[in-house]
Amino acid sequence: MIKLIRYLKPFLPSVVLVLVLVLLQSLSQLFLPTLMADIVDKGIAADNYAVIFRIGGIMLAVALVSAACAFAASFFSARVGMGYGRVLRNKVFSHVQGFSLREYNQFGAASLITRITNDITQVQMVVLMSMRMLIIAPLMMIGGIVMAVSKAPQLSRLILILMPVLLIAVSVMAYAVMPLFKAMQAKLDKLNLVLRENLTGIRVIRAFNRDEHEQKRFDAANLDLTNTSILVNRLMAIAMPGMTLLLNLASIAIIWFGGQRVAGGSLQVGDLMAFLQYMMQIMFSLMMVSMMFVMLPRAMASVNRINAVLEIQPEIADPELGMAVNLATGSAIEKRGYLEFRNVTFSYPGAEVPVLQDISFLASPGEVTAVIGGTGSGKSTLINLIPRFYDVDSGSILVDGVDVRDMTQESLRNKIGYVPQQALLFTGTIASNIRFGKEDATFAEVHKAAETAQALDFISAMPEGFDAPVAQGGVNLSGGQKQRLAIARALVRHPEIYIFDDSFSALDFRTDARLRRALKDETANATMLIVAQRVTTVMDADRIIVLEKGTVAGIGTHKELMETCTVYREIVLSQVSEEEIA
Amino acid sequence: MSRERRRDEGGRPRLGPPRGGPAGLGLLEKPKDFKGTFRRLTGYLRPHLGKTVFVFVLAILSTAFGILSPRILGMATTELYESIQAGRAIDFAHIGKVLLALGILYVLSAVFSFGQQFVMAGVAQKTVYDMRREIKHKLSRLPLKYYDARTHGEILSRVTNDVDTISRSLQQSLTQLITSVVTLAGIVIMMLTISPLLTLVIVLVLPVAFVLTRTVTKRSRKYFAGQQKNLGDLNGHVEEMLTGHKIIKVFGRENESVRKFEEVNNKLYSTAWKAQFISGLIMPMMNFLNNIGFVAVCAFGGVMVTQGAMALGDLQAMIHYSRHFTQPITQTASIANILQATMAAAERVFEVLDEEEEVPDNPDAPEIHAIRGDVSFEGVQFGYKDGDQLYQNLDIDVCHGQTVAIVGPTGAGKTTLVNLLLRFYDVGAGRITVDGVDIRELTREDLRQIFGMVLQDTWLFNGTIGDNIAYGRLDASEEEVVQAAVAARADHFIRTLPEGYNTLLNEEASNISQGEKQLLTIARAILADPAILILDEATSSVDTRTEILIQKAMAELMQGRTSFVIAHRLSTIRNADLILVMNEGQIVEQGKHAELLVQNGFYAELYNSQFAG
Repeated sequence: MIKLIRYLKPFLPSVVLVLVLVLLQSLSQLFLPTLMADIVDKGIAADNYAVIFRIGGIMLAVALVSAACAFAASFFSARVGMGYGRVLRNKVFSHVQGFSLREYNQFGAASLITRITNDITQVQMVVLMSMRMLIIAPLMMIGGIVMAVSKAPQLSRLILILMPVLLIAVSVMAYAVMPLFKAMQAKLDKLNLVLRENLTGIRVIRAFNRDEHEQKRFDAANLDLTNTSILVNRLMAIAMPGMTLLLNLASIAIIWFGGQRVAGGSLQVGDLMAFLQYMMQIMFSLMMVSMMFVMLPRAMASVNRINAVLEIQPEIADPELGMAVNLATGSAIEKRGYLEFRNVTFSYPGAEVPVLQDISFLASPGEVTAVIGGTGSGKSTLINLIPRFYDVDSGSILVDGVDVRDMTQESLRNKIGYVPQQALLFTGTIASNIRFGKEDATFAEVHKAAETAQALDFISAMPEGFDAPVAQGGVNLSGGQKQRLAIARALVRHPEIYIFDDSFSALDFRTDARLRRALKDETANATMLIVAQRVTTVMDADRIIVLEKGTVAGIGTHKELMETCTVYREIVLSQVSEEEIA
Repeated sequence: MSRERRRDEGGRPRLGPPRGGPAGLGLLEKPKDFKGTFRRLTGYLRPHLGKTVFVFVLAILSTAFGILSPRILGMATTELYESIQAGRAIDFAHIGKVLLALGILYVLSAVFSFGQQFVMAGVAQKTVYDMRREIKHKLSRLPLKYYDARTHGEILSRVTNDVDTISRSLQQSLTQLITSVVTLAGIVIMMLTISPLLTLVIVLVLPVAFVLTRTVTKRSRKYFAGQQKNLGDLNGHVEEMLTGHKIIKVFGRENESVRKFEEVNNKLYSTAWKAQFISGLIMPMMNFLNNIGFVAVCAFGGVMVTQGAMALGDLQAMIHYSRHFTQPITQTASIANILQATMAAAERVFEVLDEEEEVPDNPDAPEIHAIRGDVSFEGVQFGYKDGDQLYQNLDIDVCHGQTVAIVGPTGAGKTTLVNLLLRFYDVGAGRITVDGVDIRELTREDLRQIFGMVLQDTWLFNGTIGDNIAYGRLDASEEEVVQAAVAARADHFIRTLPEGYNTLLNEEASNISQGEKQLLTIARAILADPAILILDEATSSVDTRTEILIQKAMAELMQGRTSFVIAHRLSTIRNADLILVMNEGQIVEQGKHAELLVQNGFYAELYNSQFAG
């Protein structure tokens, strides 16, 4: 909590102002019963109309002040609460944008999204509510006690008895209900999980005739949730009537004991009435505070989740200012498009065995380097190291002769055109998605990239052409179309190094072949790195790197490898028959 | 086409904007037919009619006692005051009696209130339980078409969020509405019996309160709508940027993404604070009105007491009533909003319940046994959308035991074939037969028993690996599960996991690799031991070496079974008995590999392009 509170700093003056306003409001609110007592004791008892109306006037003025303060407090607290949310959101979002894949995967996209959206909204509401309620409640309570004691010090002992009783009742209740609330949430999650599985797996469920089985699973989760909900709600049914009863019994006690004081002449009836009202106020505040305590644990969970994100510092940082090798003008950089791995070893956090071990190779402009290997052989990891999504454990990766850690991430990534395995597009148009690769690309460039990527056919088939809308994630396009756009996006960059991470899988053979022919011309001067599953995709490469369990099982051309590398032979034989290899 | 699109939505529900605001002011949805929906919703309470009436009676009693008590408390005060004024000794026996009566009233009120909530908890939760059950049951009878047209999040939200809204409304709002009305009426009656004149003064506040509440609600609604929209935009942006984190990074677009975020965030702020500010005004406004009533009662009441027109205790009761007078009004206003939202939620739930179901199974379905596996499509027409025919006139003949390979470019209609075979969709015209029987004659259960399939998306559920394989046949013994795993070449990797077959797959099954998932689904299909196999690009993400093993297992499995294989790999296709070459929903060519090559048509081009590099 404390860590997040520091982001309230810029709002400090406003927060103080709200506090003052709320204080004034509470004080004026507290003043009213005293004035009422005056009406009773000085006005009514003395038969003095003038006093009654004068005090009435004062009460009205006090009420007005109270309302004005409350209005102003609402204004400032709304601005502070929502402003705080805005600051925190910006902070967390830009922080997350700086995450490398290591930190990103630690949380996962779904979890990060909830943290930035729901959790922050939660915290923001608590800040707002705290300013409006949490602060006011103790003020009212303390003020109420002070006023009550000053009105009827003889009855203060009653407060001493009643308060602990109420406090104990509240804590017992909270103690009993809190774990149940948690259990209920867990059961609701379980129900959601079952249902979500049912939705994603609907084809499988129906194909295997498991509807009944799933209905049973759902029923079980449903019943479980229902039973807990009933229990929670029944327990909660004790809470409100119980509290009210306590309050009411307290007022009986006050009248009884107070009445005896009145009889003894040490207390005025008006003061007794005021005391009664103060007592109600105290109790009411206490109930409000206890409500906050129910709200707080939920918010605390959110706070912790946000903090966990903010506490993680991205491991990958740019070299310090001025230390970065200036790639644009640097004298050492005559080279363009050279990619070298030197004895690279890398392991994921917490893993015992490195995913990649002692990988070395050099790729030069105009060459096609292919990486092939089974699932889990480390192909994708190898690719992720080049744009510095992760840092290597030992060895080094050099681009244009410079260690990637010695340049800024921006300049490094400017050299790379990356086409991911799963083509991911963004909301916008076809053109805006291609321009994602190069913000200031001209239409001619966009058009050319689309043409090379074999996307022109389907783009021109759309009524809006390049301005055709793309929905979030590109769901309105087929897998093959998305992949071609992802390729166009990389092409428009005219990068020095192309990385294709198994990017042709969603394409049919025909498009695939045409695309590769077109790419050949387009990328003649660039370095190409292709990760593939299909042997036919890599057969023509200048250099094939065969990965096996994170180590290089062989490097060479198709021909060389067929003779020297058994792993490669096996892979090839699994896909292509003998006669076709030749 | 729409097949592929849906799949990309994944299992994660879209994050909706959080619901509601303080005092229900954030709830904006309006039901289309409030009355009809209300009637239908109350229909769910009918099985609990007795209990519901009981709850209402308890609520009324508890409220009535609650309203009565200040009046009685006032009696005690009056006795105190008048004794002092008259200078006589206070009659504590009388006060004691009054207080005792009061105590009993308080206890009764609390007990009734407790009883009401206690009983209602059961009624509300059971109603909601039934509702959820009904929806789930309904969902299992809806055609695939329904699912393909909607995101998972949308459907999920109806079963969870909407039902939750209804549940809360039943639990609280319904009785609150009754108690509010009773309280308002009760207070007015009590006040009238004390002093009609003072009552008039207080009631004058009523229209003001009403108008003020309405105006504020109306104004804040506008801002809440804006806030909700901006929040939606913000969530959308966050979701998109974070899902595409890697792409954003590699293309160096972080700054652009942050800039856009801040822009949306600023918009959100400008509506959010206004919404919060204006809605935050209701409380102080009501408080102020309350205070005015309070002061009026104090002053005028005071005068009346001095004139002997009213007892002091009655004044005290009056003050109490005036203090609680506006509360039911604000409460009713917010409940009205909540009820609207509830009806809107109920409407969405009923919408699901009213969806058109799948064509029911043929009641005279013939029993099937010993399926040979002859499959034929006869003049099949089909389209996902009306007027958008994917299959014009499809004829396919497959003899039992044959392997049919379906090839063609993306979007050619390959997956659709599977959808039709398993009756996920029904054909528009023509028919599909298995062993000469129209598949619409069979029950869906029987039909699907015949098929075993391994789909492109490897669906596994949150359970152990063993359970996931056994999904193919629930009565399978442990031994059979292991055998299937061995046959699918999954046994080895399963045994390397620390918990072996008892390894729990997490929610997204991300604790095993994509290839391993595929192996499990293959094992699942093997265990099911179907007469006809459907393999939908099943081997595309299993690594190539494992694939050799799988192919061997598959060859074994396919022996003697009719198999439909949708694959990109020509090596598997070459061995097929029949190749269906599809393009734009049509079978453009069919035959064996060698024959098709000789034809030198579409297939030949497709095939050669593989090697033209």
